Amino acid sequence: MTTTPETRPLIRRLLGSDAAIAQLVVITVLIFVAMTAMNPDKFLRYYNFESISYIMPELGILSIAMMIAMLTGGIDLSVVGVANLAAIVAGVYFRIPAVQEAIGAGGAGVVMHTVAAVLIALLVGLAAGVINGLLIARLRIIPILATLGTGQIFAGLALVLTGGPAIVGFPQTWAWIGTGKILGLATPLWVLIVVALLVAVALTRTTLGVSLMLIGTNPRAAIFAGIRSGRMILYSYMLTGVLSAIAGVLLSGRTNSAKADFGASYLLQAVLIAVLGGTNPAGGKGRVLGVLLALIALMLLSSGLQIMRMSNFLIDAVWGGFLVVVIAINYLRSQK
Amino acid sequence: MSDYLIELKNIGKRFGGVRALEDVSLAIRPGEIHCLAGENGSGKSTIIKVMSGIYTPDEGEIVIDGEPVGRLDPIRAVGHGIQVIYQDFSLFGNLTVAENLALNTYLLEGRSRMDWHRAHEMARDVLARIGVAIDPDAEVGSLPTSGKQIVAIARAILARARLIVMDEPTTALTRHEVEALFTIVRDLKAQGIAILFVSHKMREMLEISERLTVFRNGRKVAEGAMRDFDEATITHAMTGLDLTDDPYRPEIPDGPPLLEVTGLSVPGTVERVALSLRPGEIVGISGLIGSGRTELARALFGMEPRMTGEIRLDGRPARPRSVQEAIARGIAYVPEDRLTEGLFLPQSIERNLVVSILDRLRRGLFLDRRAVRARTAEMFAAMQIAAPSPETPAGNLSGGNAQRVMLGRWLLTGARVLILNGPTVGVDVGSKATIHRIIRDLATRDGLAVLMISDDVPELVTNCNRIHVMHRGRFVAELAGAEMTETRINDTLKTLT
Repeated sequence: MTTTPETRPLIRRLLGSDAAIAQLVVITVLIFVAMTAMNPDKFLRYYNFESISYIMPELGILSIAMMIAMLTGGIDLSVVGVANLAAIVAGVYFRIPAVQEAIGAGGAGVVMHTVAAVLIALLVGLAAGVINGLLIARLRIIPILATLGTGQIFAGLALVLTGGPAIVGFPQTWAWIGTGKILGLATPLWVLIVVALLVAVALTRTTLGVSLMLIGTNPRAAIFAGIRSGRMILYSYMLTGVLSAIAGVLLSGRTNSAKADFGASYLLQAVLIAVLGGTNPAGGKGRVLGVLLALIALMLLSSGLQIMRMSNFLIDAVWGGFLVVVIAINYLRSQK
Repeated sequence: MSDYLIELKNIGKRFGGVRALEDVSLAIRPGEIHCLAGENGSGKSTIIKVMSGIYTPDEGEIVIDGEPVGRLDPIRAVGHGIQVIYQDFSLFGNLTVAENLALNTYLLEGRSRMDWHRAHEMARDVLARIGVAIDPDAEVGSLPTSGKQIVAIARAILARARLIVMDEPTTALTRHEVEALFTIVRDLKAQGIAILFVSHKMREMLEISERLTVFRNGRKVAEGAMRDFDEATITHAMTGLDLTDDPYRPEIPDGPPLLEVTGLSVPGTVERVALSLRPGEIVGISGLIGSGRTELARALFGMEPRMTGEIRLDGRPARPRSVQEAIARGIAYVPEDRLTEGLFLPQSIERNLVVSILDRLRRGLFLDRRAVRARTAEMFAAMQIAAPSPETPAGNLSGGNAQRVMLGRWLLTGARVLILNGPTVGVDVGSKATIHRIIRDLATRDGLAVLMISDDVPELVTNCNRIHVMHRGRFVAELAGAEMTETRINDTLKTLT
């Protein structure tokens, strides 16, 4: 009763999703212009954007996965572990002598086994998601601890399966997923577009999506309203797991290998992009569009800086600084 | 030296377009026990926040010890000896009594190193001064409400309070605890500390206060010595109405009960409660916080897995094992705290309305948006929700509109048993009448059975056809018809220990 109810709606209104999206568009354009100005000949090359279109989707899908976990006020720190494990299990599948034989024979068998390997990878992601979801929704372990723990387990399993070195020797069809083209656009980019559309529709037009937003907004009220919170949270981590596995497939397809410690830097970048994209880490708010815009902004920034031969470590620092600046702007905007 | 400790002169305060206070004056003498009365939304909380420097008034002047003080901020207010004890006490539940008491003093003195020996001494001294035995090493979170209140009072004294404002101090107390509190208050008065009670409980005001000020809709409508008032004149001043609301005396056709509860127990809180509700009945439950009334409601709504006993709907066993099961069987529960348990504040009114029927509004994989809009529009009209659009965040609604959204949510589920916990808490007088009318209509016209839990005894008396008094998990009295009067219920509550 001692809170000040009259200030709250105002803050909410100023933080309204459209203003946040508009701000992201402005930031993206600014970065684009700045990078073009600083690298007059090199930035605006087709090759540059093409290479972004191959690298961006893995991180983008991981960021969308992170956003989904954050909708209910959670987080999934196991996404990279799940991605690597899924890719490694697929790699192990390709090492089965019978599979190798069938692939060696060529023809339709290659495609069939590739599809099978993708499905196996997705199942690994789903299983990992179920484990995370059960720990969080049923045992009520807080998400940050649960997924930190399972992330270690998945990474450990991946190490055991590979014995340390990278798995190589994926078939050509697998590499195509990460390096091929459909209608002139990178295959991974198509995957990102499809995933983004499906998740966007799922979040706004389905019971699951609306329930997740409501749970994240007020978990107590969700219980009183009869939302099956546990089940919905379980589903959300299953979705996160499957998306992580998709990212794992793209990553291993692009590098034509799978390793237990690939993409370690992706984890915190995914958190950063989700938050930059307007996702409220406390839950209740998040849009796919925002995450995509934040992703594009950061990819443009790092590619521009790379062209300027800035060290990768420094680029990480610039990203961090960028996050702090945007959060500060959001805060100041909400204070008006 | 002035006669008054603090004078608020012609204070005005607006929030956006809403006038919270208009030309209000309030004066408190040193060492007096003053009572500020008014309904919810009358401006009581606003004037407290003006007095304690949280709000800056738009108009008017604040005079302390005869000197105009200009702009007051919380630190200066504390410096002048003004201490406010809010309903939640603002204590640190995970710290001990001594720590809670010392912390404030240390902050005031600008110290940064903790002297445990001194902290203990200070705590013991101040508790002795109040005359209560509380272990300074006890964790505050483990104390009963009355104990927390005493710690809050002790903290105020340590801050050298000259005026202690207490916001609804007796709401959560048993009769005995109220008397103990009054003893402390009289003792403080003897030490020259003024007390401002903010309350709407008439009986207690009459008992303890020397002077009274009454607010209604942001204006002062009465003031004077307490001996010039009685219950009727205070009520009249608070509500602007003579209490002539016609009581709810429906004709309930004989027939089987809709809801029948026998031997319902929840370990530690509810003991063998029996209850039956027929369609069209509004049955009240009166009892203090901690009497088990909320746990009873939660049990009926499938939220107390440890419950035992029998619940029948239409004669068939229907004990809900989950909230979803309760909703499916037509039981609805409007919780006590609308803000934390009821509404999704930043989300749209539409989502707040349809949240409990999302599964029924699905077509294939997707939500049927047309159905969502249609059901929302239906409830907007039926509940007379005043909002610019269904997209408006629920957090923008006034208390009355928010409560109507809650009722609308449950009507959409096709509820037949409606459990209301504090149906008009935080709702202004005008809206209150509308909500009461809606509830009565639901009972008489739609044949719902309503269980109404409320702190507000007059609300129960006017809107219920039967009232159970609950204490320590049991129903200790049942009143109906002519015996259902405010005095009778207050007397029953008073005898409870």
